[in-house]
Amino acid sequence: MTAIAPSNRLDAEALPPQPASPAAVAWRRFQRHRLAMVGMFMLLAVALFVTIGSLFVHGYCSGLKQDVIGERWANCNDTSQIRQPPSSSYLFGTDSVGRDLFARVIFGGQISLLIGVCAALLEVIVGSIVGAVAAYYGGWVDNVLMRLTEAMLNIPSLFLLIVISKFFGGSLPDINLFGRHLTGSVAVIILVIALTSWMYLARIVRASVLSLRERDYVSAARALGVSDRRIIFTHLLPNTLAPIVVTATLGVANAILSEAYVSFLGLGVTGATATWGNMLEGAYRYLEAAPWLWFFPGILILLTVLGVNFVGDGLRDALDPGGLKDL
Amino acid sequence: MAQFLFRRLLLLVPVLFGIVLVTFVIVRSIPGDPCIAMLGERATQAKCENFRERYGLNDNLLVQFGRYVGALATGDLQDSISQSRPVMEYLSERLPMTLEITVSAMLVATGIGLILGLVSALYRNTLIDVGAMGIANIGVSMPVFWLGLMLAYLFAIILKGTPLQLPPGTRLSAGVSIAPLAETWGLAEPPTGWLGFFYSLISNSVVINSVLTGNIEVLLDALKHLIVPALALGTIPLAIIARMTRSSLLDVLGQDYVRTARAKGLIERLVIFRHALRNALIPIVTVIGLQMGGLLSGAVLTETVFSLPGVGTAITTAIFARDYPVVQGFTLAVALIYVIVNLAVDVSYTFLDPRIRLDA
Repeated sequence: MTAIAPSNRLDAEALPPQPASPAAVAWRRFQRHRLAMVGMFMLLAVALFVTIGSLFVHGYCSGLKQDVIGERWANCNDTSQIRQPPSSSYLFGTDSVGRDLFARVIFGGQISLLIGVCAALLEVIVGSIVGAVAAYYGGWVDNVLMRLTEAMLNIPSLFLLIVISKFFGGSLPDINLFGRHLTGSVAVIILVIALTSWMYLARIVRASVLSLRERDYVSAARALGVSDRRIIFTHLLPNTLAPIVVTATLGVANAILSEAYVSFLGLGVTGATATWGNMLEGAYRYLEAAPWLWFFPGILILLTVLGVNFVGDGLRDALDPGGLKDL
Repeated sequence: MAQFLFRRLLLLVPVLFGIVLVTFVIVRSIPGDPCIAMLGERATQAKCENFRERYGLNDNLLVQFGRYVGALATGDLQDSISQSRPVMEYLSERLPMTLEITVSAMLVATGIGLILGLVSALYRNTLIDVGAMGIANIGVSMPVFWLGLMLAYLFAIILKGTPLQLPPGTRLSAGVSIAPLAETWGLAEPPTGWLGFFYSLISNSVVINSVLTGNIEVLLDALKHLIVPALALGTIPLAIIARMTRSSLLDVLGQDYVRTARAKGLIERLVIFRHALRNALIPIVTVIGLQMGGLLSGAVLTETVFSLPGVGTAITTAIFARDYPVVQGFTLAVALIYVIVNLAVDVSYTFLDPRIRLDA
């Protein structure tokens, strides 16, 4: 008995290892990408900062004559403390109406990240559907959708963004999310950013669906009487997942930057809700007098976008080395 | 070649029509009344009725669109509502500023980006490479206007009092100005029509105007004011061009003909510049063309940060004033520039690679 056991173990070792799943292979490649891991830690740090941090910020709000914590502190303006430079009581200084910038950077970060993720998700939904429908049906559907895509691509994106953001202009009611009270303009901005950024993805998805729809398995599905909708969503789109995931990741970075741009011009999120973008609005007037007004929100945008870009690069290499270089 | 250009220009018509349609629809969907935006408190029912009649805002949208396209066909951008003058005239005042910063940013981006990419490719996987690509990565991740603020802070405040000090904004220093070319040249009357439009573009461009009139003092002042905005605006395309140059050059350097060139004893400089770089340029030039869109967008933000009177600041003002013709006309002008630059990029392929035949 004891003599057989070791030889059994030897046999088990001689067997070829289980083939790794594609996801496991991608994850291993991703881990080997040094910058991608750095990016992931940067994102993790920013995410922890805006979530854990929000639980601890507090101070004495002289307007309300009481100690307040959380978002109420971030929105508490003390007119006797306007544009105070960073100090031990105000780590990042105060803004033009005397609110604590440190707290606002934390709560603004939550909104900026929310906008980034939601806008990228919506962008992916619109882009993949337009691309897949155009490629799958072809003919005039393809023609109309692609001409629209081209027209929108030919207008520099910020022009579309500022014109469309006025279109919805603060006509939505306030929203309550995870115990936070947000102005409706947050939803508007998400919609606007998604509506002006789906075009690249639509073209990528269209190109890959064009080749996929000629495959035998699609003909087989059609012969079985599977509906067009089912073919598109369960047979075609899952096979274009790699470019979609990469675009979605980089889309988060672009959405955060877009929010900053629109809000900077005064067309973005309005009201008391802070975002990194609207904290920068008007800050350029205090270039010399109050550099902390624009320095801190900007550096957080930079860290987040840089992190997302690193992760996106890593995903591109991990999911499809070689194929997606031009994304 | 002529045939190709003709066909491409013809293909531009549906694209431009699409752009006109998209901007028209979007701009009309902006809620709010131009009359109230313009007249404010003084807007009465009767006054607004008059106002809407005057600008044809009472007509059916389809009629308005037809009238707009009809005007465009004759090269007219209609009249601005808030400025009560032709949009063309307003555009000819604002466009030169935007073109000046866009072109100077492009020069910065291409010049530095090419060198950075070249150096990274030649010293691949060394500290120089990692450093240069690190800078490139940070460059694409920064909000344009924030970089503008940082640069302005560096050059105007930290370096104050040193020879490197640069002004943080505005077009020209106080007391410095340009005169219209017609005045300097003693023309009785500035030209009108299309000629007038191009005349105004040249006359209103501080750089071209001061070069043409030989006014060195104004030219130097204008260029000094351009450096910081151009650096701010040029950084993102710079980073993208640098990355593209690096990867494209690495691709080409691995090819057989480069090994052959080296094997036959050609000096390295010739291998790089005459053999490799020229073939590596095609994707780089494509990227440069595509970056124009980003540059024109970025110009809006840069103009706001540095309070420069360009197209971008005009469009934001016009949106708040519900000045439909200005928003439409300016957006169309910007899109047209973008489309034409990319056409020029397509044409440049033939010079870079004779194997690419345009009429194919």
